[in-house]
Amino acid sequence: MEARLLPYFLILPVTLFLCLFFLYPFALVAQQAFGTGDGFSLDNFREVVSYWKFPISMKNTFLLAAAVVPIQLALSLLMATMVTKMQKGRDLVLYIWTIPLGISDLAAGIIWLAIFEQSGFLNSMMVGLGVTDQPVSLLSYQTPWVVFLAIMLAEIWRATAIMLVILVAGIGLIPKEYYEAADVFGASRWKQFTRITLPLLRPSLQTALVLRVILAFEVFAVVAALGGTIFPVLMGEIYAYQFDLQNGGAAAALAIIVLIISIVFTLIIMRALRVPKGATI
Amino acid sequence: MSIHLKLSVAVSGVAMLAGAAAVQAETLFWSTQARPAEEAQAMRTEVLGGFEGGVDYQPNEDGPWLTRLQAELQADSGSIDLLGSLHGNFSAMNPDDLMDLSELGVMSASGTFNDLAKLGTDSLQYMPWMQASYIMAANTEALQYLPEGADIDALTYDQLIAWAANVEEATGQKKFGFPAGPKGLKHRFFQGYLYPSYTNGVVRTFASPEAVTAWEKFKELWSHTNPASTNFSFMQEQLLNGDAWIVFDHTSRLAQAFNERPDDFVAFPAPAGPTGRGFMPVLAGVAIPRTAPDAEGAKALVTYLMQPETQIATLKATNFFPVVDVELPADLPPSVKAAGEAVAKMSSSADANPGLLPAGLGSMGGDFNRVYVDAFERIVLAGQPIEQVLEDQKKQLEKIMNETGAPCWAPDAPSEGACPVE
Repeated sequence: MEARLLPYFLILPVTLFLCLFFLYPFALVAQQAFGTGDGFSLDNFREVVSYWKFPISMKNTFLLAAAVVPIQLALSLLMATMVTKMQKGRDLVLYIWTIPLGISDLAAGIIWLAIFEQSGFLNSMMVGLGVTDQPVSLLSYQTPWVVFLAIMLAEIWRATAIMLVILVAGIGLIPKEYYEAADVFGASRWKQFTRITLPLLRPSLQTALVLRVILAFEVFAVVAALGGTIFPVLMGEIYAYQFDLQNGGAAAALAIIVLIISIVFTLIIMRALRVPKGATI
Repeated sequence: MSIHLKLSVAVSGVAMLAGAAAVQAETLFWSTQARPAEEAQAMRTEVLGGFEGGVDYQPNEDGPWLTRLQAELQADSGSIDLLGSLHGNFSAMNPDDLMDLSELGVMSASGTFNDLAKLGTDSLQYMPWMQASYIMAANTEALQYLPEGADIDALTYDQLIAWAANVEEATGQKKFGFPAGPKGLKHRFFQGYLYPSYTNGVVRTFASPEAVTAWEKFKELWSHTNPASTNFSFMQEQLLNGDAWIVFDHTSRLAQAFNERPDDFVAFPAPAGPTGRGFMPVLAGVAIPRTAPDAEGAKALVTYLMQPETQIATLKATNFFPVVDVELPADLPPSVKAAGEAVAKMSSSADANPGLLPAGLGSMGGDFNRVYVDAFERIVLAGQPIEQVLEDQKKQLEKIMNETGAPCWAPDAPSEGACPVE
């Protein structure tokens, strides 16, 4: 085969796969969202946007993303630098830190529910230590901020590892010479981090953030397990439209809205962390 | 590739094909009922094990259940032989998609059930299969706080509220439990219990002054309800771990509590309001889709399921009661005994006011439920003014009734055409 054709030949299977399992379903969803039997219409969008829970679920989704992603970014950066500095046992620590990645969302939600429930671990511990006389109801509609905090914790626990993995790989790509040079000139650890690691980590940061932000807008199972009916999010509403109400059109419309939000944020992150041409390693 | 490897690949390929063929030969029973792992297993071994043709029993959530069924119907070719689901799921379907089962020679003992199963046609579109209801259950420790003069088998809503308040006062904890979680059956409580008990209707009386009273009463009850109820789905869990002492739920969602610690819990009828003791019988049925590859096998299976022995085995496996006349054996699990007695007391009480599951709503059953759930979330959780919320939600309800044209069902007075919201 001709050498210049080879790359196209190699990406052909993936392209076909994406067309069949991503683009084609996407076209179907778009068709479902914009059509109500007779041609183009925005009825589905009007319906989902005018529902009284829409602004609440939108607000909750954004609030959660805004609270969780920055913490995860900081945590994963910290963890990644710690891991790269380790001489021994690096793999073991990485394995342990990435265990939550292998657990499904819902299972993660249920694990944290077992902690925060009225008869859960946290309550047993507090009663055992004499902090409270009897178990208190933590995940109640009267204390929405505790519910929010619990969901935040569960999300951080569950999904920080995905950023960590990307950042560890990214840090591994930074040539050691930069650090050696920095040592020679007596730069502090912090200075090395802000002047070498962070700038050279940009492409990885970009990937990690894009992935994580998109996932944050798709949060669902953890919220359902911990928040029950008191913390509606966009994904939960999509599920409700599709399966409780059997209203595929409205579900598709909401899905498109989530897609648009995801695209907008992806573009913002790509733009903010863009790597100028010629500055790549 | 070595000869050995080739050979083993070929052999395993043949084995897989043979396995696939063996699965194909079984009758595929596609059901939304008996979903929990233990129940599904009991269905496979205890109930369906005796069927000669062999059955591949596959329980599913409602969504996936309907999605695959619709796909098969649209494609005009299917692999599902028998459908098992609730009346509401069948009434949401086009009757033409289900085969007529009138000529099988079996039928439920209840005329009402058989009429419902016709789905508005002249023939039996599905076979009533099993029935259940919603009841109340309590931890025996709560019994000492029953208000004076209250008979647990004939409680009123006021007495229930007083009882929950007594328990709260005595223990310092809100121990009434209500299944208000995402998978909880709260809407059934409003549609089949609260509304019939206070307004003698469900749709017509949705925004009536009596409905306002009903919601006020419910708010009162809610003030003694475990605030974590918005996470509760199957109340047996809260009964067993002690988070709730007095609960309302579907009989099959309470079974585990009675089976694990039969002496610790009692089952009793739902309370009564000014217009009687509202309660909701639940009916499940089996049907054959028009795309069934093996309709004869499916029909044989329907006949098998309606035999008294099978019905008793089903009762033991799922806590759903028989729909044919059977002599109940003495060795029933504790949950079945407890629930059976409570249901019997409820339906035979002098002030019984049974309300049917919503019917004729087609694919809008979910929207209908949402009207009641939204009313609950806005009135009780968000604390919005009752009259205004009911006026708001009334518009949604009117839209649903007009779009579907569903006539009123009990306890609402019958209507010509779509059931009006008054």
